[in-house]
Amino acid sequence: MPISYFLVLSALLFSIGVYGVLARRHAVLVLLSIELMLNAVNINLVAFSALLEKAGLDGQVFALFVIAVAAAEVGVGLAIVILIYRNSQDTDVGELSLMKW
Amino acid sequence: MAEIWQEVVFWVFAVAMSLAALRVVTSSNVVHAALYLVGTLMGAAALYVLLFAEFVAWVQVLVYVGAIVVLMLFGLMLTRAPIGKAHFDNNQRLLAAVVAGALFGVTSYIMVRAFDGTDVNFARTVGTKAGGLGEVIFSAYILPFEVVSMLLLAALVGAIVVARKDEEVEGHNAD
Repeated sequence: MPISYFLVLSALLFSIGVYGVLARRHAVLVLLSIELMLNAVNINLVAFSALLEKAGLDGQVFALFVIAVAAAEVGVGLAIVILIYRNSQDTDVGELSLMKW
Repeated sequence: MAEIWQEVVFWVFAVAMSLAALRVVTSSNVVHAALYLVGTLMGAAALYVLLFAEFVAWVQVLVYVGAIVVLMLFGLMLTRAPIGKAHFDNNQRLLAAVVAGALFGVTSYIMVRAFDGTDVNFARTVGTKAGGLGEVIFSAYILPFEVVSMLLLAALVGAIVVARKDEEVEGHNAD
């Protein structure tokens, strides 16, 4: 099977994630879109790992690292969203101008 | 013969994943968006199995579907949001669609051009053993592994500190 199938699917998922980040206002929905983008990257890494099977399993190891970092990112991100919601009763990322220069 | 079945499986999951991903970014119900994300993530796990990466597929199911999506659902339920499309999408939807479409066009064109005629070898019958993956992680990637565990610990402590109610400051912030 051509590797470009996986690459085009991954590009499609990444672009959908970019659309979500740009078009959504709810902070948790922005985080969901970021998960879509990270997942697209993981598909690329695993596909290249299968393509370069002779070279070792580095692609799969990197995919595992990306999953771990995504878990950390979601934990901190949701904590910040909950804190902001508690202080301002709002989750609109467009309204969060407190730290804007 | 086996190659044909692998392609059929790929197309089934690719279409399902793409539709679920589109619903994630267009659904006007936040809980539905999170549940559609489960569909995309499970499809990705199926593709990992197809690509002989069983261990990554199981980690995907356990960490993403089991932990991250549940965390997202808790986050959505703790931040009650008004229902309705106007409250979830901002007014740059068209511009965002143009940017995302252009990004998809450019990246997929470049990737198809660069990797034209490169095939994944599906002649294998066994996938990656978890033991082999563990040997790679604990030999060549031992330092990044330890750094990632410290990162997870720091993120855990940081999340607790940020999200915890601060009793002393609570009286001043009450409005």
